[in-house]
Amino acid sequence: MAVSVDEAVSTGPARDHAPPARRLGGRGRSVLEVVLLTVLAVLMLFPVLWMLETSIKENRDVYAIPAKFFDFDVTMAHFKDVFVAPDGGRTALSVSFFNSVVVAGVSTLLATVLGVPAAWAYSRFAVRAKKDQLFFILSTRFMPPVVVVIPIFLMYREFGLIDNKLGLILIYAAFNVPFTIWMMKGFVDEVPAEYEDAAMLDGYTRLQAFWRYTLPLLVPGIAATAVFALIFSWNEFVFATFLTSSDSVRTAPPAIAGLIGGTTTDWGLVAASSVVFALPVLVFAYLVRKHLIAGVTLGAVRR
Amino acid sequence: MAGIEVTALHKRYPDGTVAVEHVDLSIGHGELFVMLGPSGCGKTTTLRAIAGLERQTAGDIRIGDTLVNDLPPAERDIAMVFQFYALYPHLRTRDNLAFPLRAEGLPKPEVHARVTEAARLMRLGPLLDRRPRQLSGGEQQRVALARALVRRPRAFLMDEPLTNLDAELRADMRTEIKHLQGELGATMVYVTHDQVEAMSLGHRIAILNKGRVEQIGTPLEVYDRPASLFCAAFIGSPPMNLIEVEVVDGKLHSQGGLVLPPPPGLPRDRRLVAGVRPEALEVTAPEAEGSIPARVVSVEWLGDEVIYVVDHGGQRDVRVRMPPTVRFAAEAKVGLRHTGGTPTVYDVSTEELVA
Repeated sequence: MAVSVDEAVSTGPARDHAPPARRLGGRGRSVLEVVLLTVLAVLMLFPVLWMLETSIKENRDVYAIPAKFFDFDVTMAHFKDVFVAPDGGRTALSVSFFNSVVVAGVSTLLATVLGVPAAWAYSRFAVRAKKDQLFFILSTRFMPPVVVVIPIFLMYREFGLIDNKLGLILIYAAFNVPFTIWMMKGFVDEVPAEYEDAAMLDGYTRLQAFWRYTLPLLVPGIAATAVFALIFSWNEFVFATFLTSSDSVRTAPPAIAGLIGGTTTDWGLVAASSVVFALPVLVFAYLVRKHLIAGVTLGAVRR
Repeated sequence: MAGIEVTALHKRYPDGTVAVEHVDLSIGHGELFVMLGPSGCGKTTTLRAIAGLERQTAGDIRIGDTLVNDLPPAERDIAMVFQFYALYPHLRTRDNLAFPLRAEGLPKPEVHARVTEAARLMRLGPLLDRRPRQLSGGEQQRVALARALVRRPRAFLMDEPLTNLDAELRADMRTEIKHLQGELGATMVYVTHDQVEAMSLGHRIAILNKGRVEQIGTPLEVYDRPASLFCAAFIGSPPMNLIEVEVVDGKLHSQGGLVLPPPPGLPRDRRLVAGVRPEALEVTAPEAEGSIPARVVSVEWLGDEVIYVVDHGGQRDVRVRMPPTVRFAAEAKVGLRHTGGTPTVYDVSTEELVA
């Protein structure tokens, strides 16, 4: 009998082997994993490393060609420049950092104060069309925020909120409230409603029961949620660029971006201010690293 | 202590779900009253309405002589024990017990005396300085009971208090609750989905289904004469055999040829179902006197008894409870015989007891 080429090739050695997915078992696989992860880590972390290096390099080393990786002179001058102006006063950058703290802090506070009680209510009470309401709340986060920049801009112009810290605070809070409600609802669901029932039988009103029993148990969840909101407000760039113009109102992201351009760019200053800007986020992200995962898997486990 | 009257209770949530359709209950002074039903039958909602944690859409609730419809939970003078205990996690047992008393504003010596008394009753002495997380499930439940006791309320409401305990502990706690209730002469409303708990605890049982009361009666009444097809299928393990029957020559004949004695007052011209407890039937040797031919479908050996599932040519297989001394294998040809008294008979269309 004649045997076709395909059959001849497919029989024999190929069938003796495990399927391709399993062929990379054991050592070979782990080596490949390590190599891939290393390549990925280097690619991801190199810009960060370069930013750190640039922020402490003397200017002549910053612009040196070929680039100096290790043997450069260390200076803290760039960091000083971030905060102290040549005449000894405060720099515009330091003002923008302060603005960022105020805007991110107050908007997060606002989102938490509004979002936590709302989450509690959605978790505890039978609300008409609850699912639809929750979906509507979430849907405000479906589109990229950029989409509404123009309408928001026009609206803000009417209300005199352009180039106003309050304007940024309100818009960031508006973006964070849906997030806070959804994330906190998960945490509230985890706290048995019986605590409040028991407290009410013991003579407290519903609000007192919430305030005295449920709220203290929610503190870790509130902290995690607030950090997420804080990071969002801290990092936000698009609205900050569109809605602010003066140095006294502008937050750090547009201010740092504004350092680039013109005839010359002081890369040392850019790198140093970026480091200063990134540090709080890194610290907070480290603090809530557990919740970063919890936030993703939230609601997957029922009690 | 006081009785509780629930009249025409109806609860509809804002989202449109009706949790309680229509419930009337009259719970006597010092009675241990059990509300039994599957999940979603409205038993917990009814209890929470009595507690004041839910506001009913319609209907009246009286505790003692007081109409409590508009009273907040704290002013109804009741205590409640929850499935999840609801002990305050940051408080020691002692303070958990004292908490409701302090909220009431009782003087310190009185608080101390009552806490000591409740701790003695529930044998909590060594646990008084521990926090809830340092207690086992059973201990937590005893603390929760003690916390209900210190209030000296007019009634106790129990919302599936034993569900989270393991089987052995549950049996112990059941005895303990029954003993306690007897000693205090307390009015107690107890919600459960566990029929064993209901049968062993209750002075009377209310069986709820779809927001309505299907039957109220003593455990024996409920077992012997289930008031509806739902109750017949819900009480007993295995439950009653529900066999379609026709009246021929004054007797009940099943499709498979089983003949049952008729109860008096049978209605005419209706499709009927007879409820036959598994212990009212008997598996015999084939062609034994008075038996009809049948086949064993499967056998469950439970140690102290054997449950036979038997096919006798009817629409449904029947279950028969037999002592373990009798042994038939699966697929064996056997006889099936009715040995009990007159069965209960239900109307297929109304699903209610007719005779």
